[in-house]
Amino acid sequence: MKRLFLALCLAMAAATAAAMDPDADDPAVEARLVELAKDLRCLVCQNESLAGSQAALARDLRREIRVQIRAGKSDREVIDYLTARYGDFVLYRPPFRPLTWLLWLGPLAFLGIAAAVWYRLAARRPPEPMPSPDRLADAERLLEDRHP
Amino acid sequence: MKRWLPLALFALLAGFLAKGLFLNPGEVPSPLIDRTAPAFSLPLVGEPGRSFGPETMRGQAWLLNVWAPWCVSCRQEHPTLMQLARENRVPIVGLNWKDDAREAAALLARTGSPYVAVPDDRDGRVGIDYGVTGTPETYLIDRDGIIRLKHIGPITPAVWRDRFEPELKALGL
Repeated sequence: MKRLFLALCLAMAAATAAAMDPDADDPAVEARLVELAKDLRCLVCQNESLAGSQAALARDLRREIRVQIRAGKSDREVIDYLTARYGDFVLYRPPFRPLTWLLWLGPLAFLGIAAAVWYRLAARRPPEPMPSPDRLADAERLLEDRHP
Repeated sequence: MKRWLPLALFALLAGFLAKGLFLNPGEVPSPLIDRTAPAFSLPLVGEPGRSFGPETMRGQAWLLNVWAPWCVSCRQEHPTLMQLARENRVPIVGLNWKDDAREAAALLARTGSPYVAVPDDRDGRVGIDYGVTGTPETYLIDRDGIIRLKHIGPITPAVWRDRFEPELKALGL
């Protein structure tokens, strides 16, 4: 029973949709395909990777990527092939260029703003004033009363 | 001033979120705009032995409408395309995307065809070259073979008026 459960877990972990394609016959090609496709977006179900999607278009795109891998294309060339057709939108890690500056630098900018606001609030708070001599004397007396 | 700052920030955030709510994530911008329409040669549905390539349309602006017989939204835009065909506004080529050629021929015979040609992209390779993500999608290609516009989703009279007509005007049509 336990062994069956383990086998099931392993099978589920290994089963990307890519592994079920009819032309998935070369383990070396598959390894590279999955490595590439997990950072690529499926255009049909946009929150799924190209490696995990069962959409017909994702299957077709995997088929094209396999053809390219078998033809000895580099990862760069495969990525360029896809972005030339579908744009940077297929990449889960968009490149750093003027159009994406806000995307990449936005969080840093917000952190900077937050730091500036915090600094200004902290600087503006007046320092704790020293108690007056009268109040100090009062405090002294009270302490004396408690511990004669 | 200070009192209103949180409210202003909240309004800004709400504004962004509201905008995001009404954006269509399916409208992926195409990198093919202002590029030459990719070449291809595909067999024609219902015309055995003949094939079609975009170079045969050189010298005139035309629409490449990506459709499929099973596609419901394509039926929705069918009357609009028929209207355009009747008016001879611009020739429409209907790429049969990843579906059976006989089904396509049968459907067009039944409903009428707005197309001047129906190339058959059985395995979807031409679709990939055009960055097709689904049906229907429509490309406006000018007389020099440059893609001027891509529309994702059915063409309604409003879409035609607001997106395609201005582009055709810019082409002097």
